Amino acid sequence: MAERFDFPGGITPPTRKARATRSPLCTPPLPRRVILPLAQHAGAPAEPCVEVGQRVRTGERIARASGLISAALHASITGRVAAIEDHPLPTADGRRGPCIVIEGEGEDDWLTLPPLDWRQAAETTLLERLDASGVVGLGGAAFPTQVKARIRELHAIDTVIVNAAECEPYISADDLTLRHFAADVLEGARLMARLAGAERILVGIEDDKPEARQALEVAREATLAEAVPVEIRAIATRYPSGGERQLIKRLLGREVPSGGLPADVGTHCHNPGTLRAALAAIRDGVPLVERVVTLTGEALARPGNVVARLGTPMGELLGFAGLDTQALHRLVMGGPMMGEALGELACPVVKATNCLIAATRSELPDPPPEQPCIRCGACEEACPASLLPQQLYWFARGREHDKAERFHLFDCIECGACSYVCPSHIPLEQYYRAAKQTIRAQRREAARADHARHRFEFRQARLAREQAEKEARRAARKRAAAPATRPPAGSDAQSAAPAADLRGLRIAHSAARAAERKAEKALARAAESGEADPATLEDLETQLATARENRQAAEARLQAARDVEEKPS
Amino acid sequence: MSLMHTDQTAPRRPASTTAVMGWLLVATLPGIAALTWHFGWGVLTNLGFAAAAAIGLEATMLRLRHRPVAATLGDNSALVTAVLLGAALPPGSAWWLILIGMVAAIVVAKHLYGGLGHNLFNPAMVGYALLLVSFPGPMSLWPSPDGLLSPEARPLGEALHQLAGLTSLETRDALSGATPLDAFKHKPEALMASEFWADSPLPDGALAAWQQVALAWLAGGALLVYKRVIGWQIPVAMLGTLTLVATLLYAGNPSHQGSPLFHLLGGAAIFGAFFIATDPVSAATSRRGKLIYGAGIGALVMVIRPAGAYPDAVAFAVLLMNFAAPFIDYYSEPRVYGHPTATRGIRVDVDKEAR
Repeated sequence: MAERFDFPGGITPPTRKARATRSPLCTPPLPRRVILPLAQHAGAPAEPCVEVGQRVRTGERIARASGLISAALHASITGRVAAIEDHPLPTADGRRGPCIVIEGEGEDDWLTLPPLDWRQAAETTLLERLDASGVVGLGGAAFPTQVKARIRELHAIDTVIVNAAECEPYISADDLTLRHFAADVLEGARLMARLAGAERILVGIEDDKPEARQALEVAREATLAEAVPVEIRAIATRYPSGGERQLIKRLLGREVPSGGLPADVGTHCHNPGTLRAALAAIRDGVPLVERVVTLTGEALARPGNVVARLGTPMGELLGFAGLDTQALHRLVMGGPMMGEALGELACPVVKATNCLIAATRSELPDPPPEQPCIRCGACEEACPASLLPQQLYWFARGREHDKAERFHLFDCIECGACSYVCPSHIPLEQYYRAAKQTIRAQRREAARADHARHRFEFRQARLAREQAEKEARRAARKRAAAPATRPPAGSDAQSAAPAADLRGLRIAHSAARAAERKAEKALARAAESGEADPATLEDLETQLATARENRQAAEARLQAARDVEEKPS
Repeated sequence: MSLMHTDQTAPRRPASTTAVMGWLLVATLPGIAALTWHFGWGVLTNLGFAAAAAIGLEATMLRLRHRPVAATLGDNSALVTAVLLGAALPPGSAWWLILIGMVAAIVVAKHLYGGLGHNLFNPAMVGYALLLVSFPGPMSLWPSPDGLLSPEARPLGEALHQLAGLTSLETRDALSGATPLDAFKHKPEALMASEFWADSPLPDGALAAWQQVALAWLAGGALLVYKRVIGWQIPVAMLGTLTLVATLLYAGNPSHQGSPLFHLLGGAAIFGAFFIATDPVSAATSRRGKLIYGAGIGALVMVIRPAGAYPDAVAFAVLLMNFAAPFIDYYSEPRVYGHPTATRGIRVDVDKEAR
């Protein structure tokens, strides 16, 4: 079937999904001990709200969200908090970070929240529940779902997209989620559609998942009477169809503007696992304590998909799948294109862990040495964003950051399609990532200096304004004290003056509101990109808080002026 | 981090630089065979000596630049340069001519600019242009197309003599001649084209031989396009523009201009379009840029051939467009996802100030 819209480029690597999709979803035994990193979502790390030695029940909140973009964390087993200490995190650089460690009792003692009916409950109640349940995007970016859902306040959303493309090789977590829980996923999509005010739900799924598609069709047929229509669209398998921007283009023909969000073109994209988790949080009151993880790779005797408790050490899960440690050459979290190679089996499963690949040497061999770029253009043909990767490589290598930006370095989605086809085996997207990091660091420095200056100027302006207002009030009081002396002919002029004031205040108020929205958007964008450091986020949050205060002040002034105006009449 | 690579999947497009260069070499075989068939052993002595010189010079330069010698030699890129230059030179050239050309190509145009991938100009054409400007005599004398097996054909031994510089074509003037383009260029002003051809100015079968060689290069070029070693853009744009301009010139003055077919098959146009202009390192980058770049070469060839001092112009046209390639790149960028229009030109400083 010819598709109406498409993105350019893309690649079709071997999918290698069959090994893990042969067996049904299964649940491994409860882990004895879980390690739950405080920072396993985009945004600020969670703050612990339990003490060492305290008994916690499965589903009990153990760390609360801090800041506007953050997510709560819940105990994934019942037991005692053994420690709050640094552990290796599942990242390529082998970083360590603060984690809550729970020693289990061996049995689940659930603590759930009261069930809610998402059709009846107030929207704010639903959003608060999502927030309290620690639901984040389970496709890999781990962006807090509640924050995404709130974006409705700023954008008109017409379509909720269920991103079931799952285009990266090896990964089949969404596939299995859909095969087993298609009805829940669609209901979750309806829930998100209600929160977003969307008119329709569009499921994009690659055509190499016929079973999942069938399950979706069945679930759709069962709910035809629902108000929000669901459309299931199969697309030809091609990497990176599951990239949010690429999928939106492919399904709707819309392009997310450079530097923008899917919400800018009226869409929300959600991963099937996220939708199921969101529904569970609301319908069943169960917070996010487990997720579907694909365990695959040739070093596993029993590959498959499992429902894993968050915090389970990866080694334990892989052991359950029959890991041959001798054959293990490389452990990858995520897919082979965009995932991260991990150094330790002791890393815990986190909310973003959609797949673990235990690869043998022959399966994912070390790349041969890099050769010089001959500008053959293979990368250009593969690039889904129509970039010129060979030029970007040139500028990134030569540290010509101005030119790299001019050639749209920041529109690169780091999908790795260019590296995949490069005959010189150049790890192109790693060069781009490094260049982006350098540029961001430089910008942060500049922004920090700017910010300090702005704060100073803003303070000066505020002081001047307050002084002026004081003067104005004094003048008004004077006028009010002597109403009789005013000639009748002046009544026109007199009533015009507050009206002009009111207009000025109204403008000031809407400007303040716009500034607040802008700050909100900047913060959401920075957090969603997942690359901003905590200091930047904090900075943006301060800016937002200031903008909010300004808006409230403007509102109060406007209201006061209205009251004054209404009184004489 | 991309841990998978297309070379694990047996793709149609060669998955390593070595394989890219290998396919380029394979694709030159039909052209080389046709050249040898018509012009004798001198073609192979050219290629053999050029290849030996290329490997020696490349190894020396790599060592001087402290680069891994064996690993880099294995990418075959020096061999490709040698084959392209060797095939472009008059068959049976002397060793010193070939060596000077290879020094200009490998040492100056390639390694002094930073090695593979960094050269601004096509190395083989730098060598060729240098020789053409410096030694116009030996560079314009082609042996007559006697064929490899005919009784008049010179044996391998004589080709080796020529290579050693002991005999040159000039001493056997009767047996050598100009290329068709050269002869046509130097026809008397007053002579009509039809009269010129009626005079049979070339050795027997010369025109047919050149045409067959051109078609053989075309076959190799088609293989390169099929294997996606090169894109179709540059050859199509170059040959299309060349044909168009030649047609216009011919339509304007059919009695004195060469026909479009003559320009297409009479010289190095086909060879240049598929094997020289497509060198990705020195060409424009984007697909649209390649169209502009190829069209520029085609147009320049048809300016220089009738109006310039040299009979053929592929080398000069390619080098001139090499100059223009970075400029073309700035103005032919595709529209990037999420941007309403494509960016044109380079205004880094202005953008910075605006920020």
